[in-house]
Amino acid sequence: MSHRFAFRPGLAAILLGATLPYLVLPAAAADPAHGEVARQHWTFGGLTGHFDDAQLQRGFKVYSEVCARCHGVRRLAFRNLAQPGGPNFPEAGVKSLAATHEVDAEPNEEGKIVKRPATLADHIPPPFRNDQEARFTLNGALPPDLSLIVRARAVEEATPFYRVPDHMLRDVLAAYQESGADYVYAYLTGYKEPPAGTKLQEFMNYNDTFPGHQTAMPNPFLGGDGMVGYDDNTPATVDNYARDVTAFLAWAADPKLEERKRMGLLVVAYIVLTALLLGLAKRRIWRGTH
Amino acid sequence: MAGHESTYQPKSRFERWLDERLPIARMMHAQFVDFPTPRNINYLWTTGGMLAFFLGVQLLTGIVLAMHYLPSAHDAFNSVEAIRRDVNYGWLIRNLHAVGASMFFLAVYIHIARGLYYGSYKAPREVLWILGVIILLLMMATAFMGYSLPWGQMSFWAVTVITNLFSSIDSIIPGLGTRIVQWLWGGFSVSGTTLTRFFSLHYVLPFAIVGVVMLHVWALHTVGQNNPTGLEIKTKSDSVPMSPHAVMKDLFGLAVFMVLFTWFVFFLPDYLGHADNYIEANPLSTPPHIVPEWYFLPYYAILRAIPNKLLGVIAMFSSIILLCFVPWLDTSPVRSTKYRPLYKWFFWLFILTVIALGYLGSKPPEGAYVFWARIFTAYYFIHLLLVLPIVGVIETPAPLPRSISEAVLGSGGHVTVGAASAPEKR
Repeated sequence: MSHRFAFRPGLAAILLGATLPYLVLPAAAADPAHGEVARQHWTFGGLTGHFDDAQLQRGFKVYSEVCARCHGVRRLAFRNLAQPGGPNFPEAGVKSLAATHEVDAEPNEEGKIVKRPATLADHIPPPFRNDQEARFTLNGALPPDLSLIVRARAVEEATPFYRVPDHMLRDVLAAYQESGADYVYAYLTGYKEPPAGTKLQEFMNYNDTFPGHQTAMPNPFLGGDGMVGYDDNTPATVDNYARDVTAFLAWAADPKLEERKRMGLLVVAYIVLTALLLGLAKRRIWRGTH
Repeated sequence: MAGHESTYQPKSRFERWLDERLPIARMMHAQFVDFPTPRNINYLWTTGGMLAFFLGVQLLTGIVLAMHYLPSAHDAFNSVEAIRRDVNYGWLIRNLHAVGASMFFLAVYIHIARGLYYGSYKAPREVLWILGVIILLLMMATAFMGYSLPWGQMSFWAVTVITNLFSSIDSIIPGLGTRIVQWLWGGFSVSGTTLTRFFSLHYVLPFAIVGVVMLHVWALHTVGQNNPTGLEIKTKSDSVPMSPHAVMKDLFGLAVFMVLFTWFVFFLPDYLGHADNYIEANPLSTPPHIVPEWYFLPYYAILRAIPNKLLGVIAMFSSIILLCFVPWLDTSPVRSTKYRPLYKWFFWLFILTVIALGYLGSKPPEGAYVFWARIFTAYYFIHLLLVLPIVGVIETPAPLPRSISEAVLGSGGHVTVGAASAPEKR
């Protein structure tokens, strides 16, 4: 009895909190000029998410043939490309791929630094030796390293605040953490003709997704469908290039994702079971005390 | 409470031998086995145990992380990435530590809200409460410095914004604020020097927390636990022994909370953080929106709600310091809000205020957000400084049960007890 009474102001506060907004504040409207970033389906999303090896391999091909001209993935070592939970390339292939890159060797006995072919243990060498060289080559633009790009980007949703609790609950229950991938995909496919009256600055390109819409990077897939050849029978389209390279970069940013999610399912199941048993034990101990 | 009869019986010869020299087993038995626990405590009382657990998790994972982390501007970001990618189970330890901090704060806020609702700060628990506020402050300092360590963009700019707050002292004593800020930085800007000293402090402060937690538990075991009725334990039938009753309940509560904890650790490790912190700190590029971690958002909203920098800083700090005075600001003789029909409404309005401030703290300080941040900031202080003293005087409390047992077993009718004859009056 008294229990129910005790909770009424709490309920009232929640109701008030939920309705007050409708009365007093116009919903924060989304910036209409800003390209909407749609949620994509990714194999690595959700509780049982995993990477599709074939997709990562295609993505690596797109990265190597298109992105790698300007962007590095310096947090990846060649060995990572052959590791399970990643693109899973055959080790021999990765070894010979590594050997096509040159890296600095240890100083020799004369103190000179000579070049040697890279091995599995070496990190993938970036296209520029330093930021200055990159800027000098690319009209002052600095292409960011892509190892973490998917985790370093997110989509700010224009959620009116009375919808924040249910959106939050939806995302937490669905374990939605792919907004970075959604953004990168939307960015790569976001190149459009600028709307009439837009003044593009020098060396800038119009992109619907990019905040401010003017990005230094030109459309990487200007060559159109077929510019990168796919070895499997996946259609070689720009949309697939963007999707596959995003998946590859998502793995590069979170190479332990598969291990994490697989272990997570077991751990959560184990704890739910433990909680159930502890709950039963608690009930038995407290029986008769109330 | 501390003086209750312990049923400890040394069993072996060694236990008898030790008991005569250092009665530690006797003390532990009295405090954690047959310690009388109110029989009516609900699941909100399991947060205390959870907090002890999370302190342990943070210490343990933190010590392991410190073995791999490099506290310098050049290496910090890279070493955190190396922990994630190359250290065995480094990703797990790092997630446990980062998500653990959030869960620690979630549990502590529930713990504090429970104390506020059931009047756990009232005599004789004032010292217990104040020690709790000190723990909160230490936790905040530790978490703030910990957040700087990955040396991402948000780390760097959060440090810049928060340390710069002290420069507002310049408006009282010119030059002093700037000197304090430079002293904190160890230079003329936030740099690797700042990072290294923050790492040192981040490592040592948790041990200070352990110390204050011990005092907190000591104070708790001196005055005894409060409970949903706010009545004291009067007879043996009002209580159950801590072990196994309260211990098992704590374990069950903890296990349920662990589901939430592990859910975030394994499935949403980035959800509570900010994407910008995966970009290495760059003093030359300011992120468009600098926001702190979620558990600091209400204070951040208070800070920004006030147009004057110095007053904003004062308001932000006093929003926490004021909690120390709550035992004396609240004039009601009744502890539990359950029996306070008028105050109940204000209590939930206060909770709504804190949540609203949290939301507003995450938004840019412009337009309607500023207006509402000011309204809710005003209520935050009105609640503590005016509502607590006034409502306590004008309110007629609901009838209280005669004892904890009666509240649980519901025997007989209620005694009409006015404010003046409330059993826990000071």
